[in-house]
Amino acid sequence: MSAPGKLPRWAELGLLPVINLVVALLISGVVIKLLGESPVAAFKLMAAGSVGTQEGIGYTLYYATNFIFTGLAVAVASHAGLFNIGAEGQAYIGGLGTGLVCLWLGAWPFWAVLPLAVLAGAGFGAAWAFIPAYLQAKRGSHIVITTIMFNFIAASLMTYLLVNVLIKPGQQSPESREFAVNAWMPSATDVLARVGVTFAATPLNLAFGFALGAAVLVWLFVWRTRWGYALRVAGENPAAAVYAGIAPPRVIIGAMLLSGALAGGLGLNELMGSQHRILMDFPSGAGFVGIAVALMGRNHPAGIIVAAVLFGALYQGGSQLSFDMPKINRDMVVVIQGLVILLCGAMENVFKAPLAALFAKFGAKPGVG
Amino acid sequence: METYTLIVLLLAATIRVATPLLLAAIAGLFSERAGVIDLGLEGKMLGAAFAAAAVSATTGSVWFGLGAGIATAVFLALLIGFACITHKGNQVVAGMAVTIMVVGLGPTLGLAWFGLGGQTPQLDGAGQRFTGIAWPGAAAAKEMPFPGLLYSELLSGQNLIVYFAAALVPLSAWIFYRTRFGLRLRAVGENPHAVDTAGISVNGLRYQAVIISGVLCGVAGTYLSTAASSGFVRDMTAGKGYLALAALIFGKWKPVPTLGACLLFAFTDALATRLQGVALPVVGVIPVQFILALPYVLTVLLLAGFVGKAVAPRAIGVPYSKEK
Repeated sequence: MSAPGKLPRWAELGLLPVINLVVALLISGVVIKLLGESPVAAFKLMAAGSVGTQEGIGYTLYYATNFIFTGLAVAVASHAGLFNIGAEGQAYIGGLGTGLVCLWLGAWPFWAVLPLAVLAGAGFGAAWAFIPAYLQAKRGSHIVITTIMFNFIAASLMTYLLVNVLIKPGQQSPESREFAVNAWMPSATDVLARVGVTFAATPLNLAFGFALGAAVLVWLFVWRTRWGYALRVAGENPAAAVYAGIAPPRVIIGAMLLSGALAGGLGLNELMGSQHRILMDFPSGAGFVGIAVALMGRNHPAGIIVAAVLFGALYQGGSQLSFDMPKINRDMVVVIQGLVILLCGAMENVFKAPLAALFAKFGAKPGVG
Repeated sequence: METYTLIVLLLAATIRVATPLLLAAIAGLFSERAGVIDLGLEGKMLGAAFAAAAVSATTGSVWFGLGAGIATAVFLALLIGFACITHKGNQVVAGMAVTIMVVGLGPTLGLAWFGLGGQTPQLDGAGQRFTGIAWPGAAAAKEMPFPGLLYSELLSGQNLIVYFAAALVPLSAWIFYRTRFGLRLRAVGENPHAVDTAGISVNGLRYQAVIISGVLCGVAGTYLSTAASSGFVRDMTAGKGYLALAALIFGKWKPVPTLGACLLFAFTDALATRLQGVALPVVGVIPVQFILALPYVLTVLLLAGFVGKAVAPRAIGVPYSKEK
């Protein structure tokens, strides 16, 4: 991407995303004002609903868990120069893997079910990412288009499986039966109770820890291993990568497998941790929130965790808002999400150039600050 | 006779499904042949569907609705243009972002304005919808043997937008291959430097292309909410924008093959509805979901080069900068 000017690293990583977010919130504020409500009151309600109570915090982190997984998925692909729009489908199919393990092996003890559920989720997610990856690497099919198509194919496949195969007999809604209790991810309430802390009952569960662990692993992998280095070189400059003895097709496939595996982590939180069954459309857009999260977090795991918690707070605050302001519903959050993607991802140059000029004027040298 | 009626009804359903698909695909064609990836088709259509239904409901005239639909889609197209053409932003991200924004904005505004849970009011007044136009003698032809039903159910009785969409294919083929504007448009998607060297504004041409795309998406969205149904409901495009994108790729970025792809995809859709729960000889009941997934599978196979080869415009997705 052609940058009109250089910014100090802290401004690039910290200031620019904040400016983008502030502008997105300002525009949303204007929309709320147009709807005849007070933007200040609305944002106060959202903040109170998301981080003001233990319950709010629980829900916020529960949503954030999904977004960390999908954000990391988008980011890893992005480091290899690939735009993975398919995290939604990969999370959907990955969740199927986790769900099947929980359905079939629910009689096993939890410590035996858990690793298999993690592996199945990652494996199914990776498998769903493999075909678009292979077609991009070996046959040059544009990965953006193929991953979009695979989202739709995944939706069709899952509808078929839920309606015809997995549905609980004698039931109308297309859902599987409930997992056996052994296959439930321990809730945060239970885990914290063991160490003597009381925490409100929320869907927050141990999968949040897995998401944080995944973020650390992604950081180690991308910045501290030879493989991660190859990934970044191939993403920055495929021609240079070839001269350095890196085979871009292998990197493409490897990056997408990892990306799909990370997206597959969503099932641990959503199915094992909260719903305890396989149901229709359980990723409910988290794959697309992942794009916003990765863009805002600048593809860095630390940034992604911050951005994911922020979006978790928006989602939780948004549902709180719809209770208190009847004129506003949770769709408002989707508007903010779209604005963040637009501003961080497609319009970054709009703010970068003036900001760079400002820094140049006041003498802060690039790379020093 | 029974089979004949069935086929005519199936074809009529195909036309109904194909119309918005074709409009959006041709819209994408203009944008993509000029070098701008059009992932915003879904969002522009959805935005237009909402605006058209909302305005038609409040003013009582579907023509004001059409105007509002087009204006909304063009505004969104210009937003994408501003990000991607003027500021050289990522075209894929811009299209996605606008789509997500509209997915949220439609129901938000709908709820605030009409208080119907995000929908627009039912369009049931006279002149609030595009309705079928009966051709002379259609009622009489319906009773007649062989070509009668074909005339009364397929040629006659469609609404204005359907005829517009049908006319659009030869029109756009003519624009692309027989006019100077079309030549320049194709050139700017293949080799923008050459166009620039000839003293023609690359960005100007690309803006014209995305505006045309906006207008056509506006018509497509208007069709969805004021012709195919009577009002806007949440997510009413239901992936049609992406299906149109698939059709455009399946049609190899050319107008007439794109029409073929749209008809094929629409036919699979109509067939899926018909075959729901029907046991066929030999194969038995085909799951509807598999038929519905067929267009996407076919497009992936085409992109992989297993069924023909689709070559995208060479400069697609690349923002133009003079110095490179």
